[in-house]
Amino acid sequence: MRRAGAVALNTFREAVRDRVLYNLVFFALLMMAAAIFVGGISIGIEEMVIKSLGLSAISVIGLLIAVFIGVGLVYKEMEKRTLYALLAKPVRRWEFLLGKFGGLVLTLAVNTLAMAAGLFLALLYVKHRLESADGVLLIAVYFILLKLMLVVALALLFSCYTTPLLAILYTSALYIAGLFVEEMRTFHFAAPNPAMEALLRGLSYLLPNFENFNVMAAAAHGRAIPGALIIENTAYSALYSGIVLFVAAAVFSRRNLK
Amino acid sequence: MPGAAIQIENLTKDYPFGFLHLKKKRSLEGLTMEVESGEVFGFLGPNGAGKSTTIKLLVGLIFPEAGTARILGKPITDIEMHGDIGYLPEQPYFYDYLTAAEVLDYFARFHNLTAADRGERVERMLKKVGLETARKIQLRKYSKGMLQRVGLAQAILHDPKVVILDEPMSGLDPIGRREVRDIILELKREGKTVLFSTHILSDAEMLCDRVGVIVGGKLRGIGAPGEIVGMKAQGMEILFELAGDGRNAAAIIGKATKTGDRYRLQVSEQELFAALEQLQGAGAKILSVAQIKASLEDYFMNLIEADRAQAAAVEVSGT
Amino acid sequence: MNSPNSKNWLLLVLLLLGFAGVWQLQQQIDRERAALHQERDELVLRSGKLIKAMSLEFAPLMADIYWTRVVQYYGDKRARHDPNFELLWPLLDITTTLDPNLLVSYRFGSTFLSEPSPRGAGHPELGIELLERGIKANPEYWRFYEDLGFIYYFELKDYAKASAAFAEGSKNPDAQIWMKIMAAKIAAEGESLATSIFLWTEVYQTAKDPKVKENALTHLQLLRATQDCKQLDALADEFQKRTGRRPLRIGELVQAGLLSSLPVDPMGYAYVFGPDGRTELNLDSPLLEQQLLEKDQK
Repeated sequence: MRRAGAVALNTFREAVRDRVLYNLVFFALLMMAAAIFVGGISIGIEEMVIKSLGLSAISVIGLLIAVFIGVGLVYKEMEKRTLYALLAKPVRRWEFLLGKFGGLVLTLAVNTLAMAAGLFLALLYVKHRLESADGVLLIAVYFILLKLMLVVALALLFSCYTTPLLAILYTSALYIAGLFVEEMRTFHFAAPNPAMEALLRGLSYLLPNFENFNVMAAAAHGRAIPGALIIENTAYSALYSGIVLFVAAAVFSRRNLK
Repeated sequence: MPGAAIQIENLTKDYPFGFLHLKKKRSLEGLTMEVESGEVFGFLGPNGAGKSTTIKLLVGLIFPEAGTARILGKPITDIEMHGDIGYLPEQPYFYDYLTAAEVLDYFARFHNLTAADRGERVERMLKKVGLETARKIQLRKYSKGMLQRVGLAQAILHDPKVVILDEPMSGLDPIGRREVRDIILELKREGKTVLFSTHILSDAEMLCDRVGVIVGGKLRGIGAPGEIVGMKAQGMEILFELAGDGRNAAAIIGKATKTGDRYRLQVSEQELFAALEQLQGAGAKILSVAQIKASLEDYFMNLIEADRAQAAAVEVSGT
Repeated sequence: MNSPNSKNWLLLVLLLLGFAGVWQLQQQIDRERAALHQERDELVLRSGKLIKAMSLEFAPLMADIYWTRVVQYYGDKRARHDPNFELLWPLLDITTTLDPNLLVSYRFGSTFLSEPSPRGAGHPELGIELLERGIKANPEYWRFYEDLGFIYYFELKDYAKASAAFAEGSKNPDAQIWMKIMAAKIAAEGESLATSIFLWTEVYQTAKDPKVKENALTHLQLLRATQDCKQLDALADEFQKRTGRRPLRIGELVQAGLLSSLPVDPMGYAYVFGPDGRTELNLDSPLLEQQLLEKDQK
């Protein structure tokens, strides 16, 4: 664990030194522009627009970082051979993977929290006060982070055995599929035959369901989110990421480095 | 402590290649050998012979198709073994966003060291490999030679009993090579076991207690450098200048080739002293006397040729 | 080497256990989210213009996505027998704002916005608004006038406007000749069975969307059943004239030589006489439900 921690901290440091956190500037500018202009275009729903725009931006920026850095986590170290000296140290390969995963999740957590703070500032600017109902935003942000954790796990898995370009393709494909999992289940009128429908149904429970984490609408309206969902989503993300990391470790531990 | 530091038994490795990695090429064929504790062992062979493969198998970067190996009695699959070894990869590369001190500190974290101990060791290593002045520069600005020094530093940072170096001298200038040689000799003085690979004969000769020659994935010879066929001297070369016309040694001078003011003369080892006497008698100024050796390349080529001939013979007799 | 085979099996078992856990959790999350289900109906952004601005050059693609949402939304509501089509209009509004030339969305949209519940949202005025927008963006497409006249004719029973719509559409050089005939016929007669059948047949034959086609077919079947019932009633009157009493079963008309065989409705169910002696659909016929819905509206 200590060794995984060392890898995690180094991964975080790499992200910081590679200026990943500069995206925060972009986010800040976006929020400022939105806060200033939104009143002009949509009277009455400024608050909703700020919230949904902010959450969307947090999600999209997080996804970009998770996918684009995630797919290089292992591949880059293999390709540049920085991994060679490290793996000769008393560190197990799964510890290395866990550290890489933890490092990027840490980066994303810091980044997401900073953006959430920016969102609250923009909200404060628009409505001059914050209400307790705005706390739902925090849950929405937490769900986004849970989602990103799962995306990082998937990207890391692909990073273990394929090139970044393909890994980006696979990860985004899975992500998009994971958004439509519920549609697969409620495809009442277009499923050509029962066998196909059963297959789609089964698949819909095995694919990562990213729609689970989407409470943007509820958050935008300041509606409460049941506590049970918070626990279940946390468990879901942890379990699913665990499975993916487990597979990644199994794949990577058998892998011959070039 | 006498006995073997590294025991290798029947180690075999295939590399997949081609479409879907369906074809396999054997890159190491049943390697069995031992490296004694406290010795400096040189792995000699042309590029692609299997030196790197063996080293990567030993440090667990790749996994064998067959065979086992033990380092200090522990199987190479045992994670504990890694605490006892230091490894310098071929043409090492490190995180280029870190400085030398940071990268060493990072690697030190994987060993059971206290924070204070870690800091002290990092300082000592930086001094040892001569990087104190460059310690705060990010590795992206380092030259190849400097990276090699960082690599060496991280390999010996935790005071390992066995040090494994893959081509430690490649890509270095003459001064760098001498520094690496000094470090290897120092490790030997400290009683450590050093295994390193090289394709340069003189490096091996100067440093090694024993060498193993590996060609085409097979071990072709093992022993003290002088024992290995092809490393024995083929004769002696005398380099000299003449003060006068050298008339009283005209016979022997006639055999020499002249370049500029200097003469080169090749004689057998038995004739050496007689030749020197004659030359001195003629008033020649002896500049140097050196052994003539076949180059390692020639030696390797001979081995490869022999392999081909044998393979051809087998093919003929087989049909 | 501690038997790599048993290690692989262990991996597999652990994987299966993990996915079983995921399955279990997903069921729970689904239950939890079902409580939030109304929210999935919710549109965060209702302003088509804002969405269009945000979709950059991908507005047509976004339109396609929203169009899929429209179809999904309608199909899902129908499948769950949920008569609340509240979001149909905003979704169509966004779709047609994103891509005003997405012809299919207007015809589908106007049909199901106008159709009474539970087949549609029961808002013919929104259907008309959608079509007028479609006509503005695609003036060369004469069939929107057909759809417009359709809504005035069937849903609003405003025959003057229906006739005007058909007349306006017939001015398009591409328009088929019957547009002009319809304009005149509706102006003269108002609603007639023949006109209704003709209009639905036209929709049935030209519609590309399966839902629209199916809807037209149902209407045609109902119209034919109405026609059949009228004829059977006339025969029953004839029977009464001859025998002095109302027939109790359709079979009596056959025995009396007024019919050659037992007539069936478009779904294949025999007609029956009701307690008031008038022809009705068989109680088993699926058409009956549709017919009752129709009557409710009137």
